[in-house]
Amino acid sequence: MPEIFMPRLSDTMEEGTISRWLKREGDQIRRGDVLAEIETDKAVMELEAYEEGPLTRILVPEGGAVPIGAPVAVVGTGAGTETGTSTGTSTGAGAEAGAEPGQPARPPATPEPATPEPTAPEQAAPAQPSEPVSPIRLPSSPLSRRLASRHGIDITTLTGSGPGGRVIRADVEEAIARRDERPATTRTARTARPEAASPAEPTPRASRAEEKTPERAETVREGEEREIEKAEKAGDVEEVPLTAVRRITARRLIQSVQQAPHFYLTTMVDAEPLLAFRAEVNTRLGERGPRVTVTDLIVKACAIELREHPEVNASWADTRILRHRRVHIGIAVALDDGLIVPVVHDADVRTLTEIAREAHALADKARAGRLTLDELGGGTFTVSNLGPFGIDHFTAVINPPQAAILAVGAAQPQPVVRDGELAVGTMMALTLSIDHRVLDGATGAAFLTGLKELLQQPLRMVV
Amino acid sequence: MGRTTVGRTAEQTAEQAVTYRQALHDTLRAEMLRDEDVLLLGEEIGVFEGSYKITAGLLDEFGPRRVRDTPICEEGFVGAAIGAAMLGLRPVVEIMTINFSLLAIDQIVNHAAKMRAMFGGQVSVPMVIRTPGGGGQQLAATHSQNLEVFYAHVPGLKVVAPSTPADAKGLLASAVRDDDPVLFLENLALYNTKGVVPGGDHIVRIGTAAVAKEGSDLTLVAYSRAAVIAHDVARRLEDEGVSAEVIDLRSLRPLDRATVCASARKTGRAIVLEDDWLSYGIGAEIAATIAEGAFDYLDAPVRRVAAAEVPLPYAKPLELAALPDAAALTRVIREVLEATRFVPRRVPSSQG
Amino acid sequence: MVANTPGPASSPEPGPAHGARSDVGAVRPPGASEDAEVLRGYYRQMALIRAFELRSAEMYARAKIGGYCHLNLGEEATVVGLMAALRPSDYLFAGYRVHGYALARGAEPGRVMAELFGRVTGMSGGRGGSMHLFDAGLRLLGGYGIVGGQLPPATGAALAIAYRGAPGPDSEAVMCLLGDGTTNIGAFHEALNLAAVWRLPIVYAIVNNQLGMGTPVEAASGEPELFRRGCSYRIPGERVDGNDVLAVRDAALALMESAREEHRPGLLEAVSYRIRGHSVVDPARYRSAEETQRVRDLDPLPAFRARLIEGGVLDQETAARIDDETERTVTAAIEFADTSPPPPVDTLFDGVYATPVPNVFTGLPGDPPPDGQTTVTTLGES
Repeated sequence: MPEIFMPRLSDTMEEGTISRWLKREGDQIRRGDVLAEIETDKAVMELEAYEEGPLTRILVPEGGAVPIGAPVAVVGTGAGTETGTSTGTSTGAGAEAGAEPGQPARPPATPEPATPEPTAPEQAAPAQPSEPVSPIRLPSSPLSRRLASRHGIDITTLTGSGPGGRVIRADVEEAIARRDERPATTRTARTARPEAASPAEPTPRASRAEEKTPERAETVREGEEREIEKAEKAGDVEEVPLTAVRRITARRLIQSVQQAPHFYLTTMVDAEPLLAFRAEVNTRLGERGPRVTVTDLIVKACAIELREHPEVNASWADTRILRHRRVHIGIAVALDDGLIVPVVHDADVRTLTEIAREAHALADKARAGRLTLDELGGGTFTVSNLGPFGIDHFTAVINPPQAAILAVGAAQPQPVVRDGELAVGTMMALTLSIDHRVLDGATGAAFLTGLKELLQQPLRMVV
Repeated sequence: MGRTTVGRTAEQTAEQAVTYRQALHDTLRAEMLRDEDVLLLGEEIGVFEGSYKITAGLLDEFGPRRVRDTPICEEGFVGAAIGAAMLGLRPVVEIMTINFSLLAIDQIVNHAAKMRAMFGGQVSVPMVIRTPGGGGQQLAATHSQNLEVFYAHVPGLKVVAPSTPADAKGLLASAVRDDDPVLFLENLALYNTKGVVPGGDHIVRIGTAAVAKEGSDLTLVAYSRAAVIAHDVARRLEDEGVSAEVIDLRSLRPLDRATVCASARKTGRAIVLEDDWLSYGIGAEIAATIAEGAFDYLDAPVRRVAAAEVPLPYAKPLELAALPDAAALTRVIREVLEATRFVPRRVPSSQG
Repeated sequence: MVANTPGPASSPEPGPAHGARSDVGAVRPPGASEDAEVLRGYYRQMALIRAFELRSAEMYARAKIGGYCHLNLGEEATVVGLMAALRPSDYLFAGYRVHGYALARGAEPGRVMAELFGRVTGMSGGRGGSMHLFDAGLRLLGGYGIVGGQLPPATGAALAIAYRGAPGPDSEAVMCLLGDGTTNIGAFHEALNLAAVWRLPIVYAIVNNQLGMGTPVEAASGEPELFRRGCSYRIPGERVDGNDVLAVRDAALALMESAREEHRPGLLEAVSYRIRGHSVVDPARYRSAEETQRVRDLDPLPAFRARLIEGGVLDQETAARIDDETERTVTAAIEFADTSPPPPVDTLFDGVYATPVPNVFTGLPGDPPPDGQTTVTTLGES
């Protein structure tokens, strides 16, 4: 009986969440039917049927998350589409019922009387009771579970690297290591809290006195957990289940912060020429073209500068650095439940209007959860613009394995010195976050300075 | 079979390397000298000096009263040893190979093992059954078995299976002096192996496993010939930066679960190597033991490397294919290490 | 070694009742030389066994006795005759039909009954039950539930005797009891052969009650005259009327003597009849009404009583008194058994091993085996 598996729907996808079933148990499925919508780390995708037959069983309920390759549903009874040899087991009851009394049950090996008994499917169906589906458990070794529990790691957030996706000790140790690399301020502040502050009954973990390694991280973790427990007891919290996007975003950002040594370069750009240029372009385009945004302009500028500074258009690949020959720029799009980064591919060879058109389409699709795998993959640089949200200046977390991300603040009036005189200008803060493993300060500075100059002379972008 | 002549007792006082066979011979002799109640029974142990020459020379030295050739009747002479033991003698019975012990299994399982408990503790059965097991000598299906698990299953018996000459000496001395029936498992492939044997009165406690080699990365559990293989493989792995701990069970009943579990808890990975068939074997018991005692410490399922489940064929290539060996163990070790993303520690480059 | 030396008797002498089935069952008059008190003693023992076994059947029906329960009813003359041939220093190995032998060997009836009841005061501490009566002091080295299981150990006990001492009038010897069916088992051959080649002081006493469970001897044995089976080993064999306590005793004495003095094994066949079924739960339907009646007619107990009265050794009054006494003794035995406690559960592991060694698992069902971390409370160890 064929099983439908969680498909791999993106390059970084590790698991998928069934957001909606479009078919019900008992429905007839045809090849190519959309069975369900699947939420991946990047988008909501369609689960397409490659099998035919009745949908006999749904294994993963709506909201359930399973790793790639895990069965999510069962299609068919085995009676119709399969070969004669395998029908024996599933239709055995029917065959026996039809046998002459007193006649020894014939082995169903003979393919000839493969009369598709009409009763067979009905009879076979109850053999698959649609009992409530138990929650799918990710495989994990006992040691990894114990370690995770001791160190307060939610093992369901980990990706198993063992056989069949089993979470093993190494995965947990890496997670612990990543967590322990967090800024020390948090840690010390929390550790300073007296142990006895919470008179709550000892947790099972705390009572396991024989466990050695009460590392600092663990103490911190337990402090945090105590606070969480306290808040939960007080009824002060509302539990928000993690969406796949939220969970994957969290994981990737942690990975970025913990593994990529960030440093930051900030520069102020005189935005007046840029804003004027944008207004002119939009006036000229009128109804015919897209409304060009500041973000579109910045994407275009970045694309040009990345061409100029190919060392910035690069990725960290553990043992080496990859410099990308093509320029694909991701644009961070805020969603209600996370962050998504659709990619404008080959931004360096596209016109401004092409970029604008593409960026708007991607943003719309992102909000609708309709981005495709292609539209999400392959970014070599990312732009995150929080200007529209009124933010003056911020630093962004690098989108791994890319080498850098540009954080764009709002263009707003500021005092500036022009020709030795104090004046009011419109300034915009650009902050480049750089993975120090890939780039050094001077290289980053050259890129950022070039970008600044380009943005201050926007006409250069189109000539 | 090598035809090493045993008969002259190796010097007892100093540590020295002797064969497993010599260690057994010397210990039997020492125990007979020590205790007049110790006598030997078995087929061809006297005039013929034993099928595997363990008892060579003892008939000449101790005479037919204490070195007693028996007719071919395993049930009869094993049972007779039980009766003699009930009256306080300490018979050491040789069953030519463990395969023939099946002819005596009623006496061993229904009688030797039961008497003390069933008769309210009024009698004990201080006897030893020495018997070699194991395949690999082209003796075909009925003469190549490892049936120790039959006996290890039974409360009332003690079952030991030394892998080294030192343990052969220490455990045989313990077995002879023990007041309970002890099945003492030897192995055809081990008789000619050499090892350092402590001089003087050397005792190994029945019921204790040995950490044959310490290690931190994975646990290999084995006994008898398999323990020797496991030890060799572990030593080789050391060069690759893998630190394997080798637990030589030595005693199959009682089973030293604590030592096995402690090792598994330490390493998080465990593999059992056994010459016996896989299903229902000692390896199954060890795997269950680790599951019960070290579950939360395992990073991978316990693996078993055991013999193929066939009556062992005569033809050499088939026999070799069926028996577990260092290559099979190494392969499984690598699988377990890979499954747990083991990173070898840096090995000091082997120079010279 | 004596392995190939033929025994002094080149062929077994036919016993007094050789081949003559009609002779069996006739009770000889007590010899003139017999001591009256000894004879009354035999009667007392036979009466005790009879009373004990009848009450055992009752106790079984009352569910005081569990498991299997095989009675010596109808075999009292054989039992008492064989036991009369043993010295306290001799060793006795028996099969599973063993109550009577224990009583005749001198075991306290209360301790026998307590063992049947599974009580701590029983002969084997309540651990063996009906088939596994044992008393080291009485040198009753076990009833054995596995048919033929006692033969090799009994032979080995004789080996130990031979190992330690020379033949002679003071030598110890072994008597090994077995049923007629047991002569067909391999261990019978192996044991007798060993006893012959090693010249061991042992007498194998076949209690031929003519039925192996429900199978007649003729249907089970190629040589139904079982004592002849000694021929194969040049072990002298003798058949005796098992209903004649004195004949049994005398034949056994003679064989025990050559065992003692020559370390020469012997084979004795005592032919008797089992009055009841194989065990208390066996209605013995395989016997015809006529045969059952004939068996009843041959009942050794009233026959011996009549003989003793006839011979002036016993009067009616004394006989009645003995019967009363044995009844009271058995009643007291039942009371003793019934008021004795069962073995405490915390002694469960007692006796499994004589020499303590580490890591013996003494958990109860459901207890995890020791893993070096958790401490398992060990039963029976403080």
